[in-house]
Amino acid sequence: MRCKKCPHKAVINLPRHHIAFCQSCFTEFVHTQVARGIKSQRMFAPQDRILVAVSGGKDSLALWNILLKLGYHADALYIDLGIGDYSAQSRQKVETFADKAREAYGANLHIHTVDPDEGAGIRELANVLHRPTCSTCGTVKRYQFNRVAVEQNYDVMATGHNLDDEAARLLGNVLRWQTEYLDKQAPTLPASFEGFAKKVKPLYRLTEREMAAYAVINRIDYIVEECPMAKGAKMLVYKEVLNRLEAESPGTKQAFYWGFLEKQASNKQTTETMATHDRAVLHPCLTCGQPTSGEICSYCKMMARAKTPA
Amino acid sequence: MMAHTMKVRLTNPLKDLELPGPTRVHQLLQKLNLIPEAYLVIRGDELVTEDEVLQDTDSVEIRAVISGGGV
Repeated sequence: MRCKKCPHKAVINLPRHHIAFCQSCFTEFVHTQVARGIKSQRMFAPQDRILVAVSGGKDSLALWNILLKLGYHADALYIDLGIGDYSAQSRQKVETFADKAREAYGANLHIHTVDPDEGAGIRELANVLHRPTCSTCGTVKRYQFNRVAVEQNYDVMATGHNLDDEAARLLGNVLRWQTEYLDKQAPTLPASFEGFAKKVKPLYRLTEREMAAYAVINRIDYIVEECPMAKGAKMLVYKEVLNRLEAESPGTKQAFYWGFLEKQASNKQTTETMATHDRAVLHPCLTCGQPTSGEICSYCKMMARAKTPA
Repeated sequence: MMAHTMKVRLTNPLKDLELPGPTRVHQLLQKLNLIPEAYLVIRGDELVTEDEVLQDTDSVEIRAVISGGGV
């Protein structure tokens, strides 16, 4: 198979676009898709300071790499979840990448460690709280990323969510008609309330397979192993179902998620509604000051429960 | 003459196989009942497309690309 843009041998075929690319044309394709997403969804401007949430996985490290190559001022935050060897390995991957990013672009890496701050690793914390590990992890990550972005005056926080992540999440929400979550599925979420950082997902136009291919082609050393806590996660089932549909009908994931975004965009009130709603129900947490709909935010409640003797 | 077999390493979960070649990438994935959209096939350190012929002297990695969470 030959590259459709130059005479070189193709290394990846993209049935949803009816195109195949060689290494360098594929890298250019990925960069173009990200740049197009940033522009069309008004994610950030060239002078903005961006905080990338990195995990050591392919998506977040590739995102950091792409933003730096596109000329943005992008630093990163890694949260060490204290999940034994998995966290040790993923942290090492992040630190190795960060050393190169610092040398080549002057980019900085922030690290937050769950262990000393919350008294235990994420697994132990979830056990104490009798909550699923992934949900406990989500609360900690959302809170800490927002805190660092706001405290360190970043203009925007970027995550490595790709097309598969967003399509799977949309499928999960639609299957259970959790319409209240749909507004939060846009690739750009404004800083709707004082204390909330603006959040963006620049990889929403690219599939998980495309991001893995980008990492392999560009020699980004990421943690290939799945998080041991994700075993049996619903997201994996939704992704498998969508990939089976994609195999039968290429372009299904894109049509599903992008179609949703188009419908949402035609309802211009969405962003305004979200901001109005947030301003009506949110106020600073009495403990930490971050926005919450209750008196105490879910993170502070969780930590208070964890510290209460059984 | 010594017979060769293609060395295939699957990730997540890790599994090493020895299979006869030559075979095309899409035939290999089909044989292992794997959805092409969820995997990359890497020979040495190069990605290969689904029409590529893998020889029985090749070592390939079939890398799962799907992850459960995201930050």
